[in-house]
Amino acid sequence: MTDTDDLSPFKDRVFKRSLYFFFFLLFLLLILTVISLGSGHLSLSPGDIWQTVTGSGTEAHQLLLFQFRLPRIILAVLVGIGMATAGALFQGVTQNGLADPGIIGIHTGSGFFVVLFLYLVSLSQDQPPWWANIGLPFVAFVGGITAAILIYVLAWKEGVTPIRLVLVGIGINAGFSAAILLVQLRMSESDFNRAIIWLSGSIWNASWATVLRLLPWILLFVPLALYKARILSVMQLGEEMAVGLGTAVEKERIKLLIIGVALSAASVSVAGGVAFVGLVAPHLARRLVGGKFQRMIPVSAVIGAILIVLSDSIARTVLAPSEIPVGLIVSVIGAPYFIYLLITIKE
Amino acid sequence: MEQIRKNQLTKKDTQKRLMKRLSAPHPAALILTLSVLALGVLMVLSVSIGVSDIGWRTIIDSLFAFDETNTSHVILRDLRIPRILAASLVGAFLAVSGVIMQALTLNPLASPSIMGVTSGSAFMIAIAFAFYPESTYFQLIFWSFAGAALGAGMVFTIGSFSKRGLTPVKLALAGAAVSALLQSLSTIIALHFNVARDISFWFAGGVAGVRMESVRLVSIIALGGLLAAFALSRSLTIMGLGEEMAKGLGIRIGWIKFISTLIVLILTGAAVSIAGTVGYIGLIIPHITKKVMGMDYRWVIPSSAVFGAGLLVIADIAARTINQPYETPVGALTAMIGVPFFLVLARKEGRG
Repeated sequence: MTDTDDLSPFKDRVFKRSLYFFFFLLFLLLILTVISLGSGHLSLSPGDIWQTVTGSGTEAHQLLLFQFRLPRIILAVLVGIGMATAGALFQGVTQNGLADPGIIGIHTGSGFFVVLFLYLVSLSQDQPPWWANIGLPFVAFVGGITAAILIYVLAWKEGVTPIRLVLVGIGINAGFSAAILLVQLRMSESDFNRAIIWLSGSIWNASWATVLRLLPWILLFVPLALYKARILSVMQLGEEMAVGLGTAVEKERIKLLIIGVALSAASVSVAGGVAFVGLVAPHLARRLVGGKFQRMIPVSAVIGAILIVLSDSIARTVLAPSEIPVGLIVSVIGAPYFIYLLITIKE
Repeated sequence: MEQIRKNQLTKKDTQKRLMKRLSAPHPAALILTLSVLALGVLMVLSVSIGVSDIGWRTIIDSLFAFDETNTSHVILRDLRIPRILAASLVGAFLAVSGVIMQALTLNPLASPSIMGVTSGSAFMIAIAFAFYPESTYFQLIFWSFAGAALGAGMVFTIGSFSKRGLTPVKLALAGAAVSALLQSLSTIIALHFNVARDISFWFAGGVAGVRMESVRLVSIIALGGLLAAFALSRSLTIMGLGEEMAKGLGIRIGWIKFISTLIVLILTGAAVSIAGTVGYIGLIIPHITKKVMGMDYRWVIPSSAVFGAGLLVIADIAARTINQPYETPVGALTAMIGVPFFLVLARKEGRG
């Protein structure tokens, strides 16, 4: 058996186990979704939900479910998938378990461009034009790429070490946060408050329009990430080995980073700065199904979705009736996990 | 002969000789005097600049012949002067606690904001606002001290559990994680208890609207901390040569470390309780000061206090004038200066 055979996801013993895990997690996500649909300021029983879905529920329930709860939960799932996949890609490319796009400044880079964009648009027109919302993911993408390039260039010193990358990323993150604050202060009071809530990471204003804004990005880039997963696995063998197996490492690295930035930027453009998902989900996935990216990426995507749906339910219920931005809950869960990784990491 | 003579030296003598060798290559006293003068000029300048420009005469009059009916006099007494005093005090406190932290941990990235000390303070202030809204300013200071201890304690605990201790990189990461956690918790508390507006001020950082009573209170507490820091400066210098050496020279390391940590907590807690989380001064100033003044902390500590005060007074002038008549948060401005500085250090440090 050669090395390439070994990298195929379908020929080894763990494959079956991975499949079980995947479907188990999917099932868990489904249950959570139903619970989350029912919980909130107005709670619905699973029976109510079933009746409403099959079309025999009350009109009020239908409105609540289809216009408010459902888009919100679908958005949560999509954001979770996008951020977790992006995190897995970043961890793979930088070969650094701590490289979460939310920590190294990709998210704040996107956030800065979005805030700047919103500010400039609000200056020129009273009513945001139709293209402003569609354009947001693209603006976020440009911001994310800018941050990624900045990090890469500044961390470059005869090559890039993973540690320096993260350290420079933390600096970039702080810089963009300060820049966001400076732009925010020039905004009007109402825009300012909206920006704060958006930046802490929230999916309050979810609607079918927001779902449709994010969906194409997920549908395009997640399959691309899966398609590239094999190369990512090869790259983990070390640069020389990867080159020996016929991989153009530097080129692939850049492609993978672009996919990762696209996924995280699109998610940020609808959900704001939710950190730590891209860190926690791939780690847990690796624990469950091992380090091969062909198996690890789908599992971490489902875990990411679970994480956001769960956090969103907590955010809605724990201090009800006041809602907490979901990003804060994710941070409260994710930061201790990050610290745990930091303590156990071998370096 | 030389050998014998060396053996005969007492520990005190050796310490003295060492200190002499370590003293600054530059005319340190001259630089320090000049910078104190410069700080004085800056502060007076700062008094006159603002939304309403006030002439020199009025400033002098308001100090020596205060007239309650004169608006300019009232502005100066109640707004400008407390504010500028606060800026210089906070700058000095943060810079000195940065110096001490770097000296203790031998870690060039150690500083109050990076180590989560400031977000710890802000977190406790959020709790105080939410649960004890009646707290007086005096009580808030103590909440702030407790919070500083909480943040620093968390980061150090992480350090002591992790395998190779707190390397510069781990310190920065642990600080970032602890800050993220504490800030999220503070924001949750703030949103739930409807005190977000009061607390956002502490996160943005600034010295606008500082009252004279608070300045007085904090300065009494923290000037004690500064004096204690000056008293320790000699021991810190010797510890900078390595713990073994310091132990051999009769420095009680555990004791010194304990006192210095206490000083850091008091200085940082006091700074946050007046001005919120103003970052990076404790990172930038110690490095610059050590470049200029050498490694003798007897010079480094007082000069960093003066430099830190100067930097924050300048930043505060900028905060008032950049976007008139609105205030720009000082924290954002110091971050704009501090981040490039941090990046340079990160490039140097991230060898691993």
